[in-house]
Amino acid sequence: MKITLKVWRQAGPDAKGKLHTYQLDEVSPDESFLEMLDMLNENLNNRGEEPIAFDSDCREGICGTCGVVINGRPHGKRAVTTCQLHMRNFNDGDEITVEPWRASAFPVLRDLIVDRGAFDRIIQAGGFISANTGSAPEAHAAPVEKKKADRAFEAAACIGCGACVAACPNGSAMLFLGAKVTHLGRLPQGQPERWTRVRAMVAQHDGEGFGGCTNIRACSDACPKEIPQDVISTLNADKRSAYFH
Amino acid sequence: MTDLIKGLYRVGEPIQDTKAPGGPIEQRWTTRKFEAKLVNPANRRKLTVIVVGTGLAGGAAIATLGEAGYNVKAFCYQDSPRRAHSIAAQGGINAAKNYKEDGDSVYRLFYDTVKGGDYRAREDNVYRLAEVSGNIIDQCVAQGVPFAREYSGLLDNRSFGGVQVSRTFYARGQTGQQLLIGAYQALERQVKQGPDDKERTVDMFTRHEMVELILVDGRARGIIARDMVTGKLETHLGDAVVLATGGYGNVFFLSTNAMGCNVTAGWRAHRKGAYFANPCYTQIHPTCIPQSGDQQSKLTLMSESLRNDGRIWVPKKAEDCSKDPRQIPEEDRDYYLERIYPSFGNLVPRDIASRQAKNMCDEGRGVGPEVLERDHDGGERRVRRGVYLDFSEAIERMGADKVSEKYGNLFDMYAEITGDNPYETPMRIYPAVHYTMGGVWVDYDLETSIPGLFCSGEANFSDHGANRLGASALMQGLSDGYFVLPNTIRDYLASGPYPKVSPDDPAVQEAEANVKARIDHFLSSNGTRSVDSYHKELGHIVWEYCGMERTEEGLRIAIDKIRALRKDFWSNVRVLGKKDELNQSLERAGRVADFLELGELMCVDALHRRESCGGHFRAESQTEDGEALRHDDEFCYAAAWEWGGQNEPPILHKENLVYEFIELKQRSYK
Repeated sequence: MKITLKVWRQAGPDAKGKLHTYQLDEVSPDESFLEMLDMLNENLNNRGEEPIAFDSDCREGICGTCGVVINGRPHGKRAVTTCQLHMRNFNDGDEITVEPWRASAFPVLRDLIVDRGAFDRIIQAGGFISANTGSAPEAHAAPVEKKKADRAFEAAACIGCGACVAACPNGSAMLFLGAKVTHLGRLPQGQPERWTRVRAMVAQHDGEGFGGCTNIRACSDACPKEIPQDVISTLNADKRSAYFH
Repeated sequence: MTDLIKGLYRVGEPIQDTKAPGGPIEQRWTTRKFEAKLVNPANRRKLTVIVVGTGLAGGAAIATLGEAGYNVKAFCYQDSPRRAHSIAAQGGINAAKNYKEDGDSVYRLFYDTVKGGDYRAREDNVYRLAEVSGNIIDQCVAQGVPFAREYSGLLDNRSFGGVQVSRTFYARGQTGQQLLIGAYQALERQVKQGPDDKERTVDMFTRHEMVELILVDGRARGIIARDMVTGKLETHLGDAVVLATGGYGNVFFLSTNAMGCNVTAGWRAHRKGAYFANPCYTQIHPTCIPQSGDQQSKLTLMSESLRNDGRIWVPKKAEDCSKDPRQIPEEDRDYYLERIYPSFGNLVPRDIASRQAKNMCDEGRGVGPEVLERDHDGGERRVRRGVYLDFSEAIERMGADKVSEKYGNLFDMYAEITGDNPYETPMRIYPAVHYTMGGVWVDYDLETSIPGLFCSGEANFSDHGANRLGASALMQGLSDGYFVLPNTIRDYLASGPYPKVSPDDPAVQEAEANVKARIDHFLSSNGTRSVDSYHKELGHIVWEYCGMERTEEGLRIAIDKIRALRKDFWSNVRVLGKKDELNQSLERAGRVADFLELGELMCVDALHRRESCGGHFRAESQTEDGEALRHDDEFCYAAAWEWGGQNEPPILHKENLVYEFIELKQRSYK
């Protein structure tokens, strides 16, 4: 397949960036999107041009490292991460625009790489259960209703990629936040800190410069792990209840 | 020290003391914990521990040491500690809880692990692993890890390869992710919220890669880390250093490892005197998605847990291999694992399942597209490299919904990558490099041969012997990180704080100068080949000659080819851009340079070990049935290699493995 790529290049955090156009002539449909970028980088290197900087690691959709906006859509397609996207989803002659996540809370570092440290800082604020090593009771001491365990798992599947933020016109991270609050708040182990957690994490989220949620739902649409929208409802419910605790 | 053997290595003094106490094995760990010196809580804040790597072993150690009150400086090359490749582990974590009341016990887990390792692991370490396994589950549950539960609200279990009891705890097909998130959250809880934070104890340096180890007066006292965003080289000093930097499977280029996985931290330590043990013990996982083309950047694992319900087969007749599998009737299908190993069937250990898949394909009964391969003497052949993993019987038995509940995300991942629907047609799988049992040599305290340098998780050579059983890597990482290292490192730290090291110390200056020289060299060599092209070529060499089957002749060819490739790399690699900025080619150049040295040691180790055991299969040493044939009289030891010097042969130190509590047998899973 012949593919035309328009890729965001930006030399550093303070440099001005712009889209550069590249042509690739022999893209196989079985290649992944990132393998195509690898091929482009090999060509650039051979021509003496600096390769395009982009983040990736596991290349199997679980670590959350990769993530670019492809033709205006974070990760390019529903329910996959960028690294899982394969070129059979495109056609010969397609033009593809590739950009980094855009959000004021995610400053660009170089080309397609952004700084997502804000997510770690939100977790630092309260996204944990305080259980020092060695203090745990026997695993079966507190059975967990299967329905709650499944719901907690569903929310815990968030990979922290930030597609939700990239998709949201307000640059809000409520889906990410809601996922963690829901995961820990559904489990018996998460109860002692349930109210302090939600208050602290929301405060950190707002302080990092993420926007507010106006129920647009672009986030769950963009989420590669299909985190359900209603983790935000759960978050809001806990935030309200926290006023009384 | 002996003369040069086979022109490749020398033999030095054997390793005598591993610091494991004597006595009944079930008391050794308790004894060691009591005998290891304590550090007064008020003194812990005077001590600094550097931990490199934030996966299960690293993250758990950082959290635990931080909770205990030590100052911890933590480093990872990714943008967040939660990206460590432990996140990708799928199937589950073993623990001897015996919730299923099916005959499990600490002793049985210990026995299964030693046997699974083909009797090449250190007994003491393995027993300890089994002993603390239950505590790990308790800790994870307390952190909110959402393990799968039954309707009773209690934890569910499943079986894994090489084992006949159900002792694996899991979270669908994402167990590694959930365990890592638990450790990551515990780590983040300790991260300082600013320079004046007196309450929290962890300084977290993300996007920082360790590029050199600093030794002062023979002790590990710090590291040089490169800030991957600014290119700045930073010196970080402390009282002890812990490497939890994962495995070296990426030496094969194509493996299930992440793109950034590398051996650099362990290898820099090796070059400064840390022995590197059993590098030839590499694990090939039988069920991975086959390679689809030349642009492939990695191979994707399909969890071993699938072998609980899926059945592996190839057509009985070679001419059926190009047909749609759904058209092949039952009587023409060879469920070869069930045929050859009636009692373990599809759940034989990984090395056995991998070799049989290779055998079927070598016989011409593989499936999937034909790939071009080269013989040792340069001839070409076309071979189908794939076998079927079929869920049709399971779907009929349990229903598609139940199958989806157990394996949903794995099936979706397979569909996305291959374009096939595994609910309708059998999956195609083939073995791929997955895990490395070899690594930095450590004693019972997880201390390396360098005082003050510790190594945990997959990065060390530890507890799995010559073959790791499924669901035990997660167990080992968390065992090392939560329960072992924090208890053993205190013995070392109790003699600290060690004398303050000045940034002007000659050891520091020399380390900084070496790193600068290396980086400057890469950026100025102005050659013609990219780093990745060298990495791919190295990968081909080691997969071909040091992969599933090894021969004396093949290994010698590999050693020569690797030496030639390495020489060319140092004069002809092309790395563009500058050093004081984000530069991914420069990062990779450093890692590949180290792989080009490790690859050679791996082949030397494989050549010297003239037996077959676990993941190390020498064609010259097999039983009549084609199984691994050990030579316990000659090779019942761990091979700990000492760096001999640049372009000098390595020195072998043998650690004899003494089995007091388990009888050595020929492994059989029939």
